[in-house]
Amino acid sequence: MSGPLLKDSYELAVVGAGPAGMAAATQAAELGIETVVFDEQAMPGGQIYRSMNETPLRDPAILGEAYWRGAALVEAFQRSAAQYVPQATVWTVSREGEIGVSVGGAVRLLRAKRVVLATGALERPFPIGGWTLPGVMTAGAAQILLKSAAMVGSGRVVLAGTGPLLWLLAAQYLRAGGALTAILETTPRGNLGRALAHLPGFLASGYLREGFALLGEVRRRANLVRSVIALRAGGGDRLTDVTYRTAGGLEVTLRADILLLHQGVVPNLNLAVAIGCKHVWNEVQLCFVPVLDAWGQSSVETVAIAGDGGGIAGAVAAEARGHLAALDAACRLGSIDAAARDRLAATHVGALREAQRGRRFLDRLFRPAKRFRLARGRTLVCRCEEVTARQVRDAAALERIGPNQLKAFLRCGMGPCQGRLCGLTVTEMLADAHGVSPDDIGYYRLRPPVKPITVGELASLPKSEADIAAVERS
Amino acid sequence: MTAEFDVAVIGGGLVGAALAWGIAREHQRVVVLDEGDVAHRASRANFALIWVQSKGLGMPDYAAWTKRSSDAWQGLAQELKQTTGIDVAFSRPGGFTLALSEAELESRARLLQRLHNQPNMVRYPYEMLDRDALLKVLPQIGPEVVGASYCPLDGQCNSLRLLYALHVGMRQLGAEYRANHVVHAIDYHNGVFFLRNSSTAVRAEKVVLAAGIGNARLAPMVGLKAPVRPQRGQVVVTERVEKFLDHPLVTIRQTDEGTVMLGDSQEEVGLDDSVGLGVASAIAGRAVRMFPLLNSLNVVRTWAGLRVMTQDGFPIYDESSSRPGAFLATCHSGVTLAAVHALVVAPMIAAGSLVADLDVFSARRFDVQTAA
Amino acid sequence: MFRRLPDAAVTLVTIAVDGLAVSARAGETVAAALLAAGFGAFRTTPASGSSRGPYCMMGVCFDCLVAVDGVGSRQACLVQVREGMRIETQRGRRPVGP
Repeated sequence: MSGPLLKDSYELAVVGAGPAGMAAATQAAELGIETVVFDEQAMPGGQIYRSMNETPLRDPAILGEAYWRGAALVEAFQRSAAQYVPQATVWTVSREGEIGVSVGGAVRLLRAKRVVLATGALERPFPIGGWTLPGVMTAGAAQILLKSAAMVGSGRVVLAGTGPLLWLLAAQYLRAGGALTAILETTPRGNLGRALAHLPGFLASGYLREGFALLGEVRRRANLVRSVIALRAGGGDRLTDVTYRTAGGLEVTLRADILLLHQGVVPNLNLAVAIGCKHVWNEVQLCFVPVLDAWGQSSVETVAIAGDGGGIAGAVAAEARGHLAALDAACRLGSIDAAARDRLAATHVGALREAQRGRRFLDRLFRPAKRFRLARGRTLVCRCEEVTARQVRDAAALERIGPNQLKAFLRCGMGPCQGRLCGLTVTEMLADAHGVSPDDIGYYRLRPPVKPITVGELASLPKSEADIAAVERS
Repeated sequence: MTAEFDVAVIGGGLVGAALAWGIAREHQRVVVLDEGDVAHRASRANFALIWVQSKGLGMPDYAAWTKRSSDAWQGLAQELKQTTGIDVAFSRPGGFTLALSEAELESRARLLQRLHNQPNMVRYPYEMLDRDALLKVLPQIGPEVVGASYCPLDGQCNSLRLLYALHVGMRQLGAEYRANHVVHAIDYHNGVFFLRNSSTAVRAEKVVLAAGIGNARLAPMVGLKAPVRPQRGQVVVTERVEKFLDHPLVTIRQTDEGTVMLGDSQEEVGLDDSVGLGVASAIAGRAVRMFPLLNSLNVVRTWAGLRVMTQDGFPIYDESSSRPGAFLATCHSGVTLAAVHALVVAPMIAAGSLVADLDVFSARRFDVQTAA
Repeated sequence: MFRRLPDAAVTLVTIAVDGLAVSARAGETVAAALLAAGFGAFRTTPASGSSRGPYCMMGVCFDCLVAVDGVGSRQACLVQVREGMRIETQRGRRPVGP
């Protein structure tokens, strides 16, 4: 990996090169802010615009119009003066803006006056029986394989869950020539009624046309099962079948080679939590979101959060928030005054409002059912440490514990994923068991490294005399 | 008003839970009053060593107390396994303290010599090993390791499972547990203690202060003193790897799950339990010098904990004379001492008073020092 | 389990997976290459020996861990294939090197 060397300090560091990160970096660089962007992937785009420049998919119609909006964004980003560091994992950010990054197998510490976290979203956990079997993946995983490797599932592919991405992936798959054995929809029946109040906003947004077209396309070509209330993956060493039950009482077992699960996305907040940014529970979106002002400023002075990491609102909103975070950073760094910031922000504030308008309807329409957010029996809650739902319930029945005491008792959340696939499940199961809100329960306490680094890499970091003295005593 | 409980234990960590389990085992009605989910909780942050090797310099009674606990540990582990089904992975293969230079090795040898030469020091075996002897037992040590001290009494356990087992066990024995119950005040009327939080008061005939750092605030409420301070220690934990280390070292051990824990550090930073990268780096660096194979392993987490430290590093066990029935227990070796806490101190508390042997651990010893 | 779409223009590289020569497309991730070659499971877990394969394909789940050129526990979905790369599936606990 070539490119200019990393400096010891920057004015602005952006973590993540998805729409929010790219927009923030491009905007900041435009204003003359010395900016560096770190991203884990090999090329910009994040997940939503994955493999934008190099997708091996030759037919643009497969991925749909919205995808190609990213092309302009990537182009502007690559032309900008921001220093882009791909295949870099940021494993720590301190409150004072010290950043630990691992790139090319070596770790570096550097400083930034301000940090914009644009770490995006990840799939909500979907803890059903057998969800750890090889062959069970997320819809997002299938989309990544489609975009970046031009691959579709072979054999019998079942798609299950709820949410706009479910329909998008189904449509993309079918357009690409992939086959879908069944789409098992878990959207709760009552959702539409609850969502209707927000219909006007949705109708006025761009989502409607897109959404209906997709739905129509998919319905015509796939076997759609609605009102699924139970779901289980079966198999020994790998997935062989999927069993579902509908609200109408129908129970069916399908042979399956691949099961793609999706019930929405949630903020990827590990870095923000480890830094100490305050988060609160959002009862509509059923996840923790950071507490932010209108510019994305978090409760930690040096840190702003842009994009889905600040609350799920989609790619277009993410772009707008990226601009806003960069404008505010520029103002705080003294490059522009507040009046200039506000003036430059106006168009993005408008775009953000537009983009957010349709979300309220979608959030409620596709709000996942509790039965699929809580797990039961032998279903694994913590995939890394293989802790079952039963073990979690037993501990919760023993005493009124929180997620950190639970972690201590059962190792739940102690694996390398650091709770990304179990944190929300645990918080909701404990809230349910104790009869309190998830806000009262809280979340795992996280510490660096938020992604693993080696012992050798850790040992290579700078140490003060005091640090050494604290360890080499006697 | 009468008491609802025989004993209220303030603190649900390793000290409080071990005592509560032991007291409930003596058929007394116990309630444990604990803090919330995010609290300092030294018990979640320890190395899980059951360590005898170098303890008691300056207080031979502590060495004896430690050895006594180590000898009783297997019994505790077995009983917990039988009653709760939880295996706390106790093993006592003997432990090492490695030296990375001749100076370190000599300094260690001298320390242990002084320790064992103390009058009234309990006798137990230990050896100094040179590199050749060490290689036979620990073939993967790095080239800088010159030797080690070894003691066959040193052991380890899974301390998180120990805490869970004590919690499960004490509930089985009828103890009650209340989380989010920080005690603001302790009143005493007609032989009954009233432990007040913001909304209620729990009434007990006896109270045990086992609240770690919190003991400093609570002790004066029962006419006692707990001069303790927080001392930060950090640990680095790796992914699970093939078993390569059966013996605990004072700064490196491989858990029964296969993860490798690297420690240890001492910093006086008040109540700051955040992780300092420089110290974590120093821990990692020293560990790699001891076992080069650690170099490529992934660090999956780091954490910091606050030890509950007294001036001399030894425990405090006390009972109040102005408030009979009030007891205090604090130490920074809650894992090692879990056995004596559960099986020796707890019955004393159940019976109503500590025996004279424990006087040496009273906080009054600090007054004597100040006076002298 | 997964197949490549016919309209993909490719530059091929050869990698070794548990000693077997496997064809992969330049620029794709090890995880994608393994899935295309029919490897559904990449490892067995240290705790229970259960088979695991990729779940998220974006570096979050840590289920796609393989050894790459002798270095264990690499996330296959974050590593790009290169000519001659040696991949080994990981059984249970990561082996400890010399």
